[in-house]
Amino acid sequence: MALSDSFFGKKFALTEQDLQSYLGEALSRGGEYADLYFEYLATTSLSLDESIVKSATQGVSLGVGIRVITGERTGYAYSDDLSPEKIRHAARVAACIADGPASIEKTGFTEAARHNLYPVLQAPADLPLSERVKMVQRANEAARSADARVFQVQASYVDSLKHVLVATSDGVLSTDRQPMARMNVMVLAREGDTGTPQRGFAGGGGRVSLDFFVEEKSPEAFAREAVRQAVVQLTAVDAPAGEHVVVLGKGWPGVLLHEAVGHGLEADFNRKGVSAFSGRVGQQVASELVTVIDDGTLHSRRGSLNVDDEGTPTQRNVLIENGVLRGYLQDRLSSRILGSRGTGSGRRESYQHIPMPRMTNTFMLAGQDDPGDIIRSVNRGIYCANFGGGQVDITSGNFVFSATESYLIEDGKIGQPLRGATLIGNGPEALKYVSRVGNDLALDEGVGVCGKEGQSVPVGVGIPTIRIDKMTVGGTSN
Amino acid sequence: MLGQLEEIAREVVRMASQAGASGAECTVSAGEEFDAQVRKSEVETVKESGSRGVGVRVLFGRRTGSSYTSDLSPEGLQFMVRQAVELAAITTEDPFAGLPDPVELGKFTGDLGLFSAETAGIDAARKIELARQAEQASLSYDARITNSEGASFNSRMSRHAFANSLGFSGAYETTSCSLSAVPVAQNGDRMERDYWFSIARGAGELEAPDYIGRRAAERVIRRLGSRKLPTQKAAVIFEPRVARSLLGHIFEAINGDSIYRRASFLLDRLGEKVAAPGITVVDDATIPLLFGSSPYDDEGVPSRRTVVIENGVLRSYLLNSYTARKLGMKTTGNASRGITGNASIGHGNLYIEKGTLTVEQLFKQAGSGLYVTELMGFGVNAVTGDYSRGASGLWIENGEIAFAVSEVTIAGNLKDMLLNIEAVADDLEFRGSVASPTLLVGGMTISGT
Repeated sequence: MALSDSFFGKKFALTEQDLQSYLGEALSRGGEYADLYFEYLATTSLSLDESIVKSATQGVSLGVGIRVITGERTGYAYSDDLSPEKIRHAARVAACIADGPASIEKTGFTEAARHNLYPVLQAPADLPLSERVKMVQRANEAARSADARVFQVQASYVDSLKHVLVATSDGVLSTDRQPMARMNVMVLAREGDTGTPQRGFAGGGGRVSLDFFVEEKSPEAFAREAVRQAVVQLTAVDAPAGEHVVVLGKGWPGVLLHEAVGHGLEADFNRKGVSAFSGRVGQQVASELVTVIDDGTLHSRRGSLNVDDEGTPTQRNVLIENGVLRGYLQDRLSSRILGSRGTGSGRRESYQHIPMPRMTNTFMLAGQDDPGDIIRSVNRGIYCANFGGGQVDITSGNFVFSATESYLIEDGKIGQPLRGATLIGNGPEALKYVSRVGNDLALDEGVGVCGKEGQSVPVGVGIPTIRIDKMTVGGTSN
Repeated sequence: MLGQLEEIAREVVRMASQAGASGAECTVSAGEEFDAQVRKSEVETVKESGSRGVGVRVLFGRRTGSSYTSDLSPEGLQFMVRQAVELAAITTEDPFAGLPDPVELGKFTGDLGLFSAETAGIDAARKIELARQAEQASLSYDARITNSEGASFNSRMSRHAFANSLGFSGAYETTSCSLSAVPVAQNGDRMERDYWFSIARGAGELEAPDYIGRRAAERVIRRLGSRKLPTQKAAVIFEPRVARSLLGHIFEAINGDSIYRRASFLLDRLGEKVAAPGITVVDDATIPLLFGSSPYDDEGVPSRRTVVIENGVLRSYLLNSYTARKLGMKTTGNASRGITGNASIGHGNLYIEKGTLTVEQLFKQAGSGLYVTELMGFGVNAVTGDYSRGASGLWIENGEIAFAVSEVTIAGNLKDMLLNIEAVADDLEFRGSVASPTLLVGGMTISGT
């Protein structure tokens, strides 16, 4: 697509000469590399509470982030005003990181190769708002009619369309149009009027349009799932404390991989030598049943991108193959310094943020085992069907994640539901105890948000049913 | 500049009224930020920028709509108002929607010292030098400190204006700056990291870079050689940095949104004993220089001091005008929002009043237990009070530090934990808007091997 036909060409009359001149300003004090990241993000959000659509918000945020790299140093500035003088000013501020004569700049841009992973024909904002209001109302009605014990329902729907343009001093120009939609349902259920309330949550979406919620995942499906989880919790008992055999269900429990290994394999931590995985490429860090992939090219997924936020096409990256550590997730800065191939993993929250190596969709490949057999193989242990969030200390490698739906396994059968408990382990050790991998790989529903150094980006996770022979469970009973 | 922002807020409210809104609120914010990161004495990143935004919330009777933009031109503002008006048409009548009662509006008039000209004026080279010194102090503290995630200096200046259709308008500006260091220590093939930071309105009030580097270094060194613990019931001592998180859970349970939704482990407990005797929790947005202070909340209601828990007894929820109307109470001046949308609930400076024991005396009283210096994860349920989090720290034996502990969890229920606070130390200090002294909590479950 020619720049003049692109979103920024049309809406802001941005030309290649403009981009050249801003990059020239950015390299006016030397510097080896500069890039521009233009972003225009339009968001609509609706929320329903107590059967009332209490809030509806729309807005636009836009701006440009300008980066200059010299050696291992990065200068960064941004402007939320796209007038040429403001952009030039930001470029001069970013330029201050370098201290020398102006670098020679190339002329002309070539357009980067890109995927076409989320060809949304109709922008969310072009649909009538009333269609989106119906989604939260349907979720509310379905949740309330699903079970008489439900007494509170909150439903929300958020969609956005982000246009980005990346131009680099080595002559790469790339544009993308990134839709995102998400629906959430949260319910509270209790026995009678005085029972302890229990919470249930479900949600999902991806780089999709409203059709997805009509054709693939209905508001009713999310509502019923949220109610099911809350009702399960009504009979839950305290989780046992101590080391146990743990079986993780398919899908969202893949957050284990995100915390246990994913963050520790981001190249910025590894080039600085501060990750528990630093210097371990080629070593066995998991059982040989374990192969972990980070893949930004999955169709319509929440963590997918046609090009990363530095203009590099995303790809499928093998992180761990049959238990052996294969490589790190790279952004431009890290791959320059390490002399490694890029992996299309440079991401940022917005134009106000410096890109970093990040995950996209992180999952474990399916194995051979029947999921039912995996449960039957456990005499006494814990089956975790759903998780809340997790966290990792990449330096020590210690990670946690919190089970929101889990059950006791006794004599090979799933039994009593358990109250929320935190599981804790150490990244380079925990996956060595994986002894069974199911044939039922599933990705999550599309609700993941990953935080790193104050920047949030959407991600996906996935896993088949797996058995871990030893993990510490943070319950209160014996 | 401040006056201009306040005028924009008033102008947007006028536009909304002209468009037929029965009520309107407008927030305008503008800010400048500076971040410098130094690693192994070399500058790693320097980031410097400014941004602004404006948001409006309109009321048409009991319906509301909201929108925001970063385009402050007259056309940009008009577009934003039209968008909000359009959205109000699709929301549902909410009998409790509205603005605060006009008699509630106003400003705290004392000098809060939120702005420091010194922070606004300090030059970039000096900021980078402070970060370099902090990192150097941590690297030279001990030979086992072999690496660093760097040190950083951050400063921010924010301007905030607000107006509503009841005639309230105001504007204020704030500064803050912080200096931090993150050393990495190694022992065999295991590494640990830790950090220390200082934050202040004015750069002159920051702790010295050498002190910050040394504190960070002491913290990371004492983590080396850690082991897991056997699973057991034991006392848990929360150091101030992690005790703050308990206040976060109390806040979630006593804020008006959780109360009217009946999603709180402290529901229907006003006037009852919810914490151990001697525990007093206060929310006060009127303490000069602190980070939770402001002249008024995000609805134009004056900031104030509210005693939440007094000597163990729950005295007050924290409310905005909406949740106050829902609950038949009065707002406590705790409305909070970004630049747009319906206000939620925020806190000012939320803290537990300090006790009389020194930390050493508190250790002696505990005898043995886990002194937690870091908590991980999100295993806290404010509806039921169920609590289970990853922890690391130091084992205390005979009132003394015995060895480092990691990869364990601590679990219990917040209802019991608050009642089981057996001692409060005298070390209350504010590094942010939530602060707690060291707390000793009896009878928790530690899960390890």
